[in-house]
Amino acid sequence: MAAAVVSKSHTDFRGRTSARCLTEPWPIRLTLILGTVLFLGLFLVLPLAAVFGQALAKGWGAYWSALREPDTLSSIWLTLLTTAICVPIGTVFGLTAAWCLGKFDFRGRKLFLAMLDLPLSVSPVVAGLMFILVFGQHGWLGGWLEAHGVRIIFGVPGVVLVTLFVTAPYVARELIPLMHAQGTEAEEAAQVLGASGWQTFWRVTLPQVKWGLLYGIILCNARAMGEFGAVSVVSGHIRGKTNTMPLQVEILYNEYDFVGAFATASVLAGLALVTLVLKTILEHKAAHEMALAQASGPETAEIGTSEQTSAVYGDPASRPMRG
Amino acid sequence: MSIEVRHMSKTFGRFRVLRDVSLRVETGELVALLGPSGSGKTTLLRIIAGLEQPDAGSGPILFHDEDVADQRVGDRRVGFVFQHYALFRHMTVFENVAFGLRVRPRRLRPSPRQIREKVEQLLHLVQLDFLADRYPHQLSGGQRQRVALARALAMEPKVLLLDEPFGSLDAKVRQELRGWLRRLHDEIRLTSVFVTHDQEEALELADRVVVMNEGRIEQIGSPDEVFHQPKTEFVISFLGQVNRFHGRLERGKVHFASLQWETPEWEQAEACPAHVFIRPHDLQVAASSNGQPALSACVQHIHSAGPKVRLELATDGGQKLLAEITQEQYRTEPLTVGSRVFLTPQNIKVFPYPSDST
Repeated sequence: MAAAVVSKSHTDFRGRTSARCLTEPWPIRLTLILGTVLFLGLFLVLPLAAVFGQALAKGWGAYWSALREPDTLSSIWLTLLTTAICVPIGTVFGLTAAWCLGKFDFRGRKLFLAMLDLPLSVSPVVAGLMFILVFGQHGWLGGWLEAHGVRIIFGVPGVVLVTLFVTAPYVARELIPLMHAQGTEAEEAAQVLGASGWQTFWRVTLPQVKWGLLYGIILCNARAMGEFGAVSVVSGHIRGKTNTMPLQVEILYNEYDFVGAFATASVLAGLALVTLVLKTILEHKAAHEMALAQASGPETAEIGTSEQTSAVYGDPASRPMRG
Repeated sequence: MSIEVRHMSKTFGRFRVLRDVSLRVETGELVALLGPSGSGKTTLLRIIAGLEQPDAGSGPILFHDEDVADQRVGDRRVGFVFQHYALFRHMTVFENVAFGLRVRPRRLRPSPRQIREKVEQLLHLVQLDFLADRYPHQLSGGQRQRVALARALAMEPKVLLLDEPFGSLDAKVRQELRGWLRRLHDEIRLTSVFVTHDQEEALELADRVVVMNEGRIEQIGSPDEVFHQPKTEFVISFLGQVNRFHGRLERGKVHFASLQWETPEWEQAEACPAHVFIRPHDLQVAASSNGQPALSACVQHIHSAGPKVRLELATDGGQKLLAEITQEQYRTEPLTVGSRVFLTPQNIKVFPYPSDST
């Protein structure tokens, strides 16, 4: 059957012609396709369905009452609060860092770029421990903070701080290549036309990266809501106080409260699905933005810029004019 | 509005891009800064605009004899057209042109209706009224160029600066836009400076040409002057193709190859070595000797596709030469690759040089 498909369709859905000599024989294609479908089903679709299935195992009533548990509600609230604090800060940080690293070249830029990747490369547990070392009771600043009545570790500030740490790179990493490709010519043009620095930022710099920025915010948001390891280390697991949703899911699961655990997990999974849809849409838009930047950027657009070569015809012994 | 810069220097790291350059552009002039890449022409343009800061110790930048060196870019009222246009890609053509008016402080900003009228009028001027709602990536290179120009003109600039205005366009569009820009300039008479590395463009378009090399001005003059009375060896060799000979200047005569030539302008000079330059079209080509002293050479290549026929030649000493003859002469004279020809210079240019410098 697959062979019949090949002989009929010389053009795929985008209208590109696909030559028969470029495709594999049908047994190989069938195996590959089946393998992929099986894998996706087993490792992605089935588990996701299981989450919703388990959450609703005892009906909608049990589902709703599990979600209305004060501790669970409090964990949802804390997750939203953490996200609401971390995403705007991460966005502003990301924009300024990307502006600085994407538009300018300076000594130490490479080092800065490498540092920016630290939160992504270090294990979240280690990230959490780093904060305990600094802000914990026996840490460098812990004693002093304690004396002034400020509690960071095993409190909401700690949760917010580690989340800030792990989510910091997302917006910047998304914007740096984009801003780098766009260069500074548009900003220069705006300045020459009389725009102030503020006007240049709001009317030129920001709109040119808006999809990339939104895409970075979505990624940042997803990580902020889903972070487990780092938060787990610093939160202290105080019920109804310092538990975020991922922590709450674990606690409920360990207590064999499956409906409660999966109900909470289903909220997280639902948020993840929304994120996924937004991400897919924005990815497309951001890619378009990048393509535009590359198409009209300074690197390309070199069509016909042949340097004028004015040959001097002279005796072969003669040397260059200005030696 | 005249532009004047005095003793301008600029260093990037250890690289001296501009070395003590002074230049005055009169009101209403169209001036070309011509030079190879790295000659400092774009840097000079950007310094005039305020996009680049000159080195400390540089002289003033005068617009109409008023020093603007300390003014911000936006306050200088300069229309600047970037080499790659630098259009705002998230705005329509209309919004691009309107930008300079919309960012004005409120009390100086025209009303929305005035802005619309002004933009429409400018788009009409650059013949792009029908593209007002398009985005830059939907336009051709030549159209983008004209949008960039309309955007620069919208702010009613005092001077217009263009960086390689035709650099990224293909040959045919470049030719069209060149003529169009010249007519536009004649119409609005705005003091304009443009940068180019294309000598043909500079000679055809500009009222005056400033030839630059290695951060210095080699010569300033009308296209006619720089082409026919080049002051330096660089100018003669940069403006088109030229044959060069080693020669010797002695008592008002220059001896080169097997020839000698009267040079009354160097009558007073002491005997010294000199370079002799002859343009390809100043070499008369004959298939047979007429008895007069001439250079004998052998035809190596013939390029006959063009308004003139270009001959690549080699003398008996192995020196490569270039000559140009008319299509008419090519049809009547029996020239083929390998033919022997006799070359008589019609016009030469001599630059003596002290014997120790080459």
